[in-house]
Amino acid sequence: MPAPIRLRELIRTIRTARTQAEEREMIQKECAAIRSSFREEDNTYRCRNVAKLLYMHMLGYPAHFGQLECLKLIASQKFTDKRIGYLGAMLLLDERQDVHLLMTNCIKNDLNHSTQYVQGLALCTLGCMGSSEMCRDLAGEVEKLLKTSNSYLRKKAALCAVHVIRKVPELMEMFLPATKNLLSEKNHGVLHTSVVLLTEMCERSPDMLLHFRKLVPQLVRILKNLIMSGYSPEHDVSGISDPFLQVRILRLLRILGRSDDDSSEAMNDILAQVATNTETSKNVGNAILYETVLTIMDIKSESGLRVLAINILGRFLLNNDKNIRYVALTSLLKTVQTDHNAVQRHRSTIVDCLKDLDVSIKRRAMELSFALVNGNNIRGMMKELLYFLDSCDPEFKADCASGVFLAAEKYAPSKRWHIDTIMRVLTTAGSYVRDDSVPNLIQLITNSVEMHAYTVQRLYKALLDDISQQPLVQVSSWCIGEYGDLLVSGQCEEEEPIQVTEDEVLDVLEGLLVSNLSTPVTRGYSLTAIMKLSTRFSSVNRIKKVVSIYGSSIDVELQQRAVEYNALFKKYDHMRPALLERMPIMEKTASNGPTEIVQTNGETEPSVPDTKHPPLVTQPANQANDLLDLLGGNDVVPVIQTTLPTKPASAGGELLDLLGDLSLSGGPAPAPSVPVSQPPFLLDGLSSQPLFNDISAAIPPMTAYSKNGLKIEFTFERANPNPNIAVITIHATNTTEDDMTEFVFQAAVPKTFQLQLLSPSSNIVPALNHGSVTQVIRVLNPQKQQLRMRVKLTYTHKGSPVQDLAEVNNFPPQSWQ
Amino acid sequence: MHFLLLFSRQGKLRLQKWFTPVPEREKKKIVRDMTTMVLGRKPRSCNFLHWKDLKIVYKKYASLYFCCGLDAEENELLALEVLHRYVELLDKYFGNVCELDIIFNFEKAYFILDEFLLGGEVQETSKQVLSRSIEASDMLQEVCFGRSCLLSVLSIIFSVVL
Repeated sequence: MPAPIRLRELIRTIRTARTQAEEREMIQKECAAIRSSFREEDNTYRCRNVAKLLYMHMLGYPAHFGQLECLKLIASQKFTDKRIGYLGAMLLLDERQDVHLLMTNCIKNDLNHSTQYVQGLALCTLGCMGSSEMCRDLAGEVEKLLKTSNSYLRKKAALCAVHVIRKVPELMEMFLPATKNLLSEKNHGVLHTSVVLLTEMCERSPDMLLHFRKLVPQLVRILKNLIMSGYSPEHDVSGISDPFLQVRILRLLRILGRSDDDSSEAMNDILAQVATNTETSKNVGNAILYETVLTIMDIKSESGLRVLAINILGRFLLNNDKNIRYVALTSLLKTVQTDHNAVQRHRSTIVDCLKDLDVSIKRRAMELSFALVNGNNIRGMMKELLYFLDSCDPEFKADCASGVFLAAEKYAPSKRWHIDTIMRVLTTAGSYVRDDSVPNLIQLITNSVEMHAYTVQRLYKALLDDISQQPLVQVSSWCIGEYGDLLVSGQCEEEEPIQVTEDEVLDVLEGLLVSNLSTPVTRGYSLTAIMKLSTRFSSVNRIKKVVSIYGSSIDVELQQRAVEYNALFKKYDHMRPALLERMPIMEKTASNGPTEIVQTNGETEPSVPDTKHPPLVTQPANQANDLLDLLGGNDVVPVIQTTLPTKPASAGGELLDLLGDLSLSGGPAPAPSVPVSQPPFLLDGLSSQPLFNDISAAIPPMTAYSKNGLKIEFTFERANPNPNIAVITIHATNTTEDDMTEFVFQAAVPKTFQLQLLSPSSNIVPALNHGSVTQVIRVLNPQKQQLRMRVKLTYTHKGSPVQDLAEVNNFPPQSWQ
Repeated sequence: MHFLLLFSRQGKLRLQKWFTPVPEREKKKIVRDMTTMVLGRKPRSCNFLHWKDLKIVYKKYASLYFCCGLDAEENELLALEVLHRYVELLDKYFGNVCELDIIFNFEKAYFILDEFLLGGEVQETSKQVLSRSIEASDMLQEVCFGRSCLLSVLSIIFSVVL
């Protein structure tokens, strides 16, 4: 059989192939030749064949039949064979392969080979892709090599140990003795890999962290030498001595100094030195500065140092190099929560980055800008952000719009400004707005009572211009349905009222129904809006006609609505005015509307719910659940305030389902195909009075708990529209001489009840009755059962934590009857 | 570092190094994603990207893209230096390295990489020490080869004589 062709020859041949098919043919031919050569157990050419196989593997062709051959090569005595064999193993024999374990013995032998380069190959392979079993078997060998004086092997053994620890964390202890004098090495390779090993150990085990804290002075010394020493040709990179080692040491210092004052103090000087002395003209200097900044921000550094760090980031922002600007924005995002004021100083630079051409930079700048928005700068920032929204790429629009809504909600200086901002977003980026923002906006508009006329007018005008952006159209048609009477009566105070007739309005809404641009959801909105106008407008006949037409619509949802509305006209006309009355103000049931995009440490985390709005208190609820096993589990569910009766009015129903479904993930478009099962109680959401009605039916207050100086009183109110909801306000007072801090009140109720805890006024109960903590609880009791409650109190008094459980059974009958 | 890839302007893979166990299919998918993302970048953009939960750092050297995937805590700017150091090592070894060198001598590119990085971390920070190790390994290969050549020549002579 002729000798198999050489590797170079093969590569050259394959590269001459002009088409994919030609290439495949060549490769198949060669594979066949290689296979037969393997079958002949030819030792001389095995190496060459496997090398060719690896090349073909890189091109994307299957090479599994070479796996065993790699093992044979590894077992060979020739260095050339071993080299290719190990390479093949690393490429073809990862731990998912069955034959992977067969390597173990070979590697073990080679770890004890007389030639260091063979040992090196074995260490490299083990350290790159050794499985857990293999690591377990060979950890002892690695540990032995970690103690050798041969620096070539020592550095490889250190990184191999890192891999072993990653795969089998329990073996970490084993390497501890060997780390004793790793840092006293002079060899930079060993130093570098040792620092990596120590970093890995400290990250994984708090005990190791404590143990290695004593190395801080040594690390500081090494770092100092690196900076102060003169030019060293071996390790120099653009005038900086061994930047790789410097960065790794800084990273280890970060881990060691975190939450430890003494270590942090020991590093203060060296960090300041690195921060001020490092050359920043090249990337390598900036890499070190970047790591330094990260370390300063993470340890307990003194404030002067922190300011220095933020200023460095500020300088980075002005750097011409895009990478540096990107890295600065990322770091500032991490620190904006903790050092908010310092970052605010660089706000204008950050906002300028919004105009950068680079996509990655724009995204970071946008996220950071949203993080920096506060009550003081909201107007200016919003102007910039809206300008950004106008001109940015579509991939940003959804996030930007959500961010704008969120920021506007938190910091809007006035209702009119808020509505204007929303309008601006809807008209410029309307089609990118997230689906769940439609119900949020509707709720917002409902709650700004005095702006109704202005809002509906502006929305109407926007609708005249453009009906293609569905969220805008949906919000507009909903508003026109609700406030159409204000629109035609020309009552707007905020701006010049426009003259609109009822027919014109109906024209627009009917136009939406027939337009090809409208989605089925939008059509649903407009049909319902038209229906609502039947109680607000005088042209009822026209409306009746429209509704009856759609009684035979192909769209099932539309048809159902039309049929129900028809029925309303025909058989239940006496109920129509009441059912279609103006919506009352809705309570927010969840505080986070559109998806948060604020980043805190690194990647996207949901932002902390703003405590201005009553948040869905999930945490105490989970703990309340622990209390509840005795009462029989209870889910703390938000009480849905307003729903309309089951049959015809799906308009309110769909919105409230949306409100009920408000979640962080942003649900699908709000189009329930059937009116979803309404809660079993009939709430009359018909009155336009606010829900919290202070006309309490004179229910006497009661003392729920009184022990150890802590007294908790309950006062009652009725939520007016719904007699089944008891609103209890707790007043916690403290007659002892010391404050009770970290006061947390939790409650649990039996299964048939539903409970909602709003946020407390504070968590410190001042001593000697100097004040009280108040908190509102709402209890829904549809079955009118006797109210019972179990409460859990936790607080810190005189330095020690106190916890107490109590049952409250003495509720006055009027509170639950 | 999770992986290091080298690919050409046309998206052809020239080197792939995986530091974590990844199924074969997944590897192909990652390579595809990386090539699409990186080749789709505008010429003067910054060298950093986000992909799933990894930071991707890439740099173009002549006709080759060097692309690596990092964990969140790793230093991107330093990763650029690591890529640059690897290119310098290749350059020293091949003398004015170009893509063809890496195509025809891919196994040597791997050997150099394996002396520089182990398990995704840098093992040697001195260029000279590294180059010396590679030279020594190559010498060992020559000696081996020479020895086996000699043996086969001798055996031929003996077989002829006998």
